[in-house]
Amino acid sequence: MILSFDIIILIFLIVAAVISLNVKDLLSSAMIYGIYGFLICLLWAEMGAVDVAFTEATVGAGVSTVLFIATILNTRRKSSD
Amino acid sequence: MNPKIFASIAVVITGLVLLYGVSDFPTFGDPRSPANSGVEGGAPSTSLYYINESYSATKVPNLVTSVLADYRSYDTMFETVVVFAAGMAIFAILRCVGKDDGAVVAPQRKSSIDGDHNRIIVGMTCRLAVPVVQIFALYVIAHGHYSPGGGFQGGVMLGASFILIALAGNLEDALSRLSERSYMALAALGILIYAGFGVLPQVLGKNFLDYGALQKILLTDGPEMARSHSMLGVEIGVALTVMSIMFAIFANLSSRGTLKGGL
Amino acid sequence: MVEFFLNTVKPHFNFWVYVILMMVGLWSLIAKNNLIKKMMGLAIFQTAIILFYVSLGVKDGATIPVLEHYGDYAEKAEPAGPDASKPASKPAPNPASMPAPAASNPADAFANPVPHVLMLTAIVVGVATLGVALALCEMIFKEFDTLEEDELLRKIKALHDDA
Repeated sequence: MILSFDIIILIFLIVAAVISLNVKDLLSSAMIYGIYGFLICLLWAEMGAVDVAFTEATVGAGVSTVLFIATILNTRRKSSD
Repeated sequence: MNPKIFASIAVVITGLVLLYGVSDFPTFGDPRSPANSGVEGGAPSTSLYYINESYSATKVPNLVTSVLADYRSYDTMFETVVVFAAGMAIFAILRCVGKDDGAVVAPQRKSSIDGDHNRIIVGMTCRLAVPVVQIFALYVIAHGHYSPGGGFQGGVMLGASFILIALAGNLEDALSRLSERSYMALAALGILIYAGFGVLPQVLGKNFLDYGALQKILLTDGPEMARSHSMLGVEIGVALTVMSIMFAIFANLSSRGTLKGGL
Repeated sequence: MVEFFLNTVKPHFNFWVYVILMMVGLWSLIAKNNLIKKMMGLAIFQTAIILFYVSLGVKDGATIPVLEHYGDYAEKAEPAGPDASKPASKPAPNPASMPAPAASNPADAFANPVPHVLMLTAIVVGVATLGVALALCEMIFKEFDTLEEDELLRKIKALHDDA
């Protein structure tokens, strides 16, 4: 549990979340959501929660991002805001 | 009201209330916090019981797996049922094809990458990677007792390997390896295995999901190894269901229900 | 102002960040126009809550919840207890909140496994419900040909006025 590492990753998390929700192109938004998922996985591995980090890496950052991209493929790619 | 103004007011009020509540929390990482060791003068936390006693009762070193598959197996069973129900819901929402969409046809050739020069690099790399991913996923399921891993992680990796086949070639390539009939059957089989491990002790006269009662059937000498082996069986059931449903969700979403075309 | 920062924010810095993440997700769920952005905000809200829960089980100087020397883990070389493992470069926390070293327990060498178990379930159920939500978005697109909330409301109102 290293405090300075925690602080840096948490600040990156907020930045990634805010950017992912404000980009107009939905494909880039899904990509940055994948980055957010991997940062959370890193944070949990550092906190000692390795099972949760493993699950988040496969489910959250892997399958969840692919499901978003599959939906964006079948609907519009641009969003109005 | 303009949604942005309403959202800002709601978020600011909720945020301030939550931040006011945060000031009473124990320090981050405190081993004496109520969640970690219990209240002073009151009951100790259950995690102390799990850390101290679970190895001698179940002989499984990974504490998270032993709590997930044995002490809290009822939760895990219903979680698997929820994943199955989500797969059924997506089936019911998306998989209604109209009269102009035909039935799902079997692919003509063995794989769609073979003649296509543009996709040869991606296709060959994914072909090399998929068996490695599947063997690693089976290792993760089987080794969940001794290292981080278990049924959920391994099952999602197996499902992701089929998604990789679908991404490298066509959706028909993946469906020729895991057809719709098979994945529906596998998903139901996974839950049946889990419920079977629960009902079998009841048939023998003990409680539901009481794995220690299975020591006569599993031929072990003592309830601890029976619990360890039943945990493995239960994890296999979970992995089957999660694999099928992850692939089912992807297949239905990427082709909008018709299972033709797609990513 | 500075002493408010040092006394209130600094010991609970990570909880403040989790609350900020939750509020970012909640704002996007209400205020954004596009349905996919709303779903993304919901997913961010969900992971912030799971982050909060898992961080309740962190113990200073503890290792992962997997036993290494089975059978006699109590005699395994403890990572020198909860106090001495803090490196010197860490900013010193409030001394009144440090755990009493005399009452250390062999179970303190492992992180708390119970929040991990509960959150494993939460993550998998979260992705299953995300799949259902995205399937509904696709059906809405097939029916109305748009995913923007204001256009959808206008088209639904037009349908009602016609029928």
